[in-house]
Amino acid sequence: MIAHLLSAADLDAATATRVLDTAGEMAGVADREVKKLPTLRGRTVVNLFYEDSTRTRTSFEVAAKRLSADVINFSARGSSVSKGESLKDTALTLQAMGADAVVIRHMASGAPHRLARWIDGSVINAGDGTHEHPTQALLDAYTMRSRLGRLAGLHVVIVGDVLHSRVARSNVHLLHTLGAKVTLVAPPTLLPVGVGSWPAAVSYDLDSALSDADVVMMLRVQRERLAGGSAAARDTFFPSDREYSRRYGLDDARLRRMPAHAIVMHPGPMNRGVEITAEVADSPRSTIVEQVGNGVSVRMAVLYLMLGGL
Amino acid sequence: MAHPQTTKTILTAADISRTIDRIAHQILEKTEGARDAVLLGIPTRGFPLARRLAGRIATFEDVPIPVGVLDVTLYRDDLRMRAARAIGKTQIPPAGIDGRLVILVDDVLFSGRTVRAALDALGDLGRPRAVQLAVLVDRGHRELPIRADYVGKNIPTSLVESVRVRLSETDGADEVQLYPGTDTSAAPATGAAERRVVA
Repeated sequence: MIAHLLSAADLDAATATRVLDTAGEMAGVADREVKKLPTLRGRTVVNLFYEDSTRTRTSFEVAAKRLSADVINFSARGSSVSKGESLKDTALTLQAMGADAVVIRHMASGAPHRLARWIDGSVINAGDGTHEHPTQALLDAYTMRSRLGRLAGLHVVIVGDVLHSRVARSNVHLLHTLGAKVTLVAPPTLLPVGVGSWPAAVSYDLDSALSDADVVMMLRVQRERLAGGSAAARDTFFPSDREYSRRYGLDDARLRRMPAHAIVMHPGPMNRGVEITAEVADSPRSTIVEQVGNGVSVRMAVLYLMLGGL
Repeated sequence: MAHPQTTKTILTAADISRTIDRIAHQILEKTEGARDAVLLGIPTRGFPLARRLAGRIATFEDVPIPVGVLDVTLYRDDLRMRAARAIGKTQIPPAGIDGRLVILVDDVLFSGRTVRAALDALGDLGRPRAVQLAVLVDRGHRELPIRADYVGKNIPTSLVESVRVRLSETDGADEVQLYPGTDTSAAPATGAAERRVVA
């Protein structure tokens, strides 16, 4: 059904809905005595991670193993990549080893697109540079749908470092496809050039966006991407963490101003005390832990729909 | 062996109703009251059949029988022969299946491969005391050593014929038909949009 999953923008509404519905059935496996299905027995999934990631890599690994696929973890550190091997050569090596699917995270935007042209297997983008992270958007949509019952007509407010966020980019595309309305809230320095052409509204003021939000999604302040991560470089984006959290952080007072049914999301890992306070992160309206569990179900669905058929 | 040139009705709505009544009686007889039985229907039409059977058993002997639905798509042995199929719902009654008599219910017994997949799925869900099989129609042509404990009607068929079971819950009317041609309608529909390649 899906050859590669490179961008959330490639998914039409029917395909995305099918992934979410399939994930709903996969979720039942987590509650069973035997948390395993024989469906992908004999298939090989390679996790090719050029960037550090615990949550996404583990999530894909658990998802593939629950479907009985063989999983090979290939991280850049301590491999031939650290000896200077190119992405293409690594790809051809994996191909020769018989990978049916390659899950790739890479610091360069577009790397999964290149990879998809070099290998026969399916390629799943697990985050490329500041570009896209489609399975995160799918698991976020799944979480919204299971908490709020629908996606069409929801107002989703995405707050924070939109400039460097592949999560925001993928979410904007997918939520737009599925009929939700998105508002991006960020300081002007953390919005990308051309954001006006995205299918989303843009605001610099968090407080005015909260009152009619169904979902408030906080983005991580990506210290490692803010121009090398030094405090001095960070200052070119915003004056201080303190000022950032005053204007764009979600605290208890702001949570109380949100509609009673509205939920709080965060893709993790969180900077508690910067974009989100501990009370909000731990409140019952936060779906942050739920998102992790849903991530496994959604990735099982994606792997099944890619590798489970012909 | 019959080779109908056109579609032929094998069971009418009244026949189906009588058949279900008989299977309900047979279950009660063979299981001595069906006290620890659980009926699990295999989608799509096994589930409404399981519900009807449980309803009849409750009428005859006032025994409440838990009914569930067991999707076997992820356990099939022919997944790689077509595009990825849609997954159906699985819902096991809250009391579970451990130590109970599980009666699998399906509309048509043919190659036996669906039942094989269902047995594998059951093994991952728990450990029933015993497993039995009830089908509305047995059309023969088994490819595995599997037989049904309760059969509504044996219909001798050729491999170039198909059996179509229609039930009011899923198809708006009750009827079993035999028609020429190999079956495609019994398979879960995979629309053109679902086969579309995303790259």
